[in-house]
Amino acid sequence: MENRSRDLRRREPLTDAQLLMTITICIFIGLYILAMAVWGGGFLRPQQLFDLFNNNAALIVIACGMTVVMITGGIDLSVGAVVSLVVMVSVINIEDQGGNAFTAFMLGLAIGAAFGIVQGLLIAKLDIQPFIVTLSGMFFARGVTTMVSLEPRSVQDEGFSAMQDARIEIDWLGYETNKGAHIPGRIEWGVMIAIAVVIVIFVVLRWARFGRDLYAVGGNEQSALMLGINVSSTRFWAYVLSGVLSGIGGFVFLLHTGAGNATNAAGAEMTCIAAAIMGGTLLTGGVGNVIGTMFGVLTIVLIRAIVVASGLREPWWQSITTGAMLCFFIILQSLVVQYRGRPHKDKDAKKAKI
Amino acid sequence: MAKELEKRSRSGSLGQLLVPIIALALIAVFNLFRDPSFFSVGMTNDSQGNPVLTGNLISILNGASELAIISMGMTLVTASSKGQDISVGAIAAIAGSVFVKFLSGGDITGLSVTLGIILCCLVAMLCGAFNGALVAYFNIQPMIATLILYTTGRSIAYWINGGATPTVSSPIITAIGGFIPGCPIPTPVFVVIVFGVLFWLIFRFTNLRLYTQAVGINQDAARLNGINPQTVKMLTFIVLGLCSAVAGVIAVSRLSLINHETILLEIEMDAILAVAIGGNSLAGGKFTVVGSVLGAYAIQALTTTLYAMRVPSTAVKAYKAVVIILIVIIGSPVVKDAVNRMMAKRRQKTAAAKGE
Repeated sequence: MENRSRDLRRREPLTDAQLLMTITICIFIGLYILAMAVWGGGFLRPQQLFDLFNNNAALIVIACGMTVVMITGGIDLSVGAVVSLVVMVSVINIEDQGGNAFTAFMLGLAIGAAFGIVQGLLIAKLDIQPFIVTLSGMFFARGVTTMVSLEPRSVQDEGFSAMQDARIEIDWLGYETNKGAHIPGRIEWGVMIAIAVVIVIFVVLRWARFGRDLYAVGGNEQSALMLGINVSSTRFWAYVLSGVLSGIGGFVFLLHTGAGNATNAAGAEMTCIAAAIMGGTLLTGGVGNVIGTMFGVLTIVLIRAIVVASGLREPWWQSITTGAMLCFFIILQSLVVQYRGRPHKDKDAKKAKI
Repeated sequence: MAKELEKRSRSGSLGQLLVPIIALALIAVFNLFRDPSFFSVGMTNDSQGNPVLTGNLISILNGASELAIISMGMTLVTASSKGQDISVGAIAAIAGSVFVKFLSGGDITGLSVTLGIILCCLVAMLCGAFNGALVAYFNIQPMIATLILYTTGRSIAYWINGGATPTVSSPIITAIGGFIPGCPIPTPVFVVIVFGVLFWLIFRFTNLRLYTQAVGINQDAARLNGINPQTVKMLTFIVLGLCSAVAGVIAVSRLSLINHETILLEIEMDAILAVAIGGNSLAGGKFTVVGSVLGAYAIQALTTTLYAMRVPSTAVKAYKAVVIILIVIIGSPVVKDAVNRMMAKRRQKTAAAKGE
C-alpha cells in the first residue's frame, strides 16, 4: 500500500486530493487578496483573519471529525446537533449544578463519545447505513436539547466568563482605531484548541496506523479486509472520534458564544460536508485531509464576510453565493477526477455505502 | 438478463414490503393498547359548513400526502443513482414561491391556478434537471450535487418573493389544500392516489422500472445492453422535481401562504427515511414504490401517535429517532442473518428429532 502510493507520487507531482486542496488554498488566498484590494478597510487588518478563526473554531473542530468519517466512506449528520446538545448541557451544568469549565468539558466529551459509540456500533457492527443512523442521531440530539431546555440559556458564572473573555493578544498585529487607540490582535483560546485538533488529526491520518487504516477502509473495503485490517473496528473508531470531536467542538462553541440555544449550530453538518469537499475529501471515501478541510471552512466563511462587506445586505445573498461557490468547486472536483483519468468505477460501487 | 432482472424485481417485492408493514402494524398495535379511540373517525362541519371526516386516521392520510408524493420520486432517484436528493424541500420552496408569485399578479381563477401549477412544475423540473445533469454527466455523488440546491434553494425562494411571506387567498387554493366543497375526504389524499396510479401506469406500460433497476444494479452492464444510464438518471431526477413541485403546491395551499423557511422543512430527511423503511436499499437497484409510500404513512402515523400522546412538538424528533433506529435494527442484515440461522437450527433439530 505504502509502496504503491509512493510510486504514484513519483509519477505524478500531486495526487487528486492534494491538487484539490491546493486549488482551495489558492482560491482562499486569492479571494482574500481580492477582498483586501477591493474593500480594504477591515480586510487589511490582521484582526479580520483572526476573526475568521475566532468565529468558526468550533466549525473547524467538528469538520475534522466529519473528514475522518468521510475518509472511511461514511457520513456523520449528527455533529451539529451534538454540538447544540453539549453546549446546552454544559451551560446547565455550570449554572445550575455548580460545575466549572473542567466538568463542562468532561461532560461534553462524555456526551460526544456516547453518541459516537452508539452510532459506531450500529454502523460498524450491525451494518446499518450511516446516513440513517446519524440522521436519527441528529433528530435525537436536537429533540433532547429542547427537552433539556427550550429557553436559551447563557453562562453567568464568573470563572467561566473570565475564561471566555481571555484572549491571546499579539501587539504588533494590532491596528489603530479612528480615535488613535491601539488595539492588539486578539485570538480566542478556542482557536488554539481547534488548531491543536487539526494538527493531531493531521498527524494521525498521515502517520499513525489507525489513520492509514481509515484510508484503506474508505478506498476499498474488500482489499482492506484482505490486508488484514479490522474493517468494522476501524469504522467504529472513526465514528467515536467524530463524536468526541463534536463534544470538543461543543466546548469550543460555548467558549465563543457563552450561551446555549436549541437552534445552536443549525445546519453545521452541511457546512462541514461542504468544507470537507472543498478541501478535497471525496464522499466516496479513501481520499481527503484535514488541512484542506480547514481551508474549506475558512473559504466558506470568507465568502460570507465578503458578501457582507460588498453591501449585498439582503439575507439571501450569503447562501446563494456560497451555493454558487460550492457548485464551482464540485464541478471542478469532478472535472479534475475525470481529466486525470482515474478509474471512477470502483468508486461507483462504494457510493452504495452512503 | 432482462428477464432475470424482471424476475428478481417481482420476487423481491413481497419480502421488501415486510419492513414497512411490520412498522405500520407495530404502531397500530401500540395504539390499540394505548387508546383504542385513536382509530375513531368522525364527521364534523368545517368553517364553510361542509361535512368533513375527522380523526387521527384521516389526519395521518392527509398529513402524509406531501411526504408520500416526494418519497415516490425519491425511490426512483435512489434506485437509479445509488444516492439521495437532499434538495427536495428547497425545490418545493422554490416551486411554491413561483406558484404564489404567479398568482399574486392578478385574479385567481381556475385557469390561472392551472397555469401556475404548470409553471412551477416546469421550474422544479428544471431544478431536477440541474441536479440530474450534475449526477449523470459530471459523475458527482447525488448527495453532494444536491447539496448546492439544498443550501441555496430556500434563499432563492426568499429572493423570488422579494423578502416577504406573501399570502394567496381563494376558494380554489383552499380546495387544493383542504376539502373540495361537498367531498368529505381531504383533497391531498386524491393527489396521492392520482400520483400512485400514474406511477403504476408508467411502470406497467413502459420499461422505466426495468431500466432504472438495471442502471442501479450495474451501470456498465446496463449500458452494454443498450440502456443510456445518463438519460435514465436525468429522467428520475426530473420526475422527483415534478413530485417536489406538487408537494410544494399542496403545502402552500394548506396554509394559503408561502414561508420559504418553514415550508416542508426537513422533508428530505423524512423522505429518505420513508424510502429506507419501505425496504429499499439506499444503495440503489431493486425498488418498491409501494413500500416507500407505506414508509411515508408509517412515519406520519408515528408522528401523529406522538402528538396524541401529548409529546411536545419540539421533542417529537427524539422519540422518532429511537423508533426509527429500532425499526432499522430489526431490518438490519446482521439481525436478519441471526434470525435465519436460528430458524435453520430449529428446523435441523426438529428434523433430527423426527429422524430418531
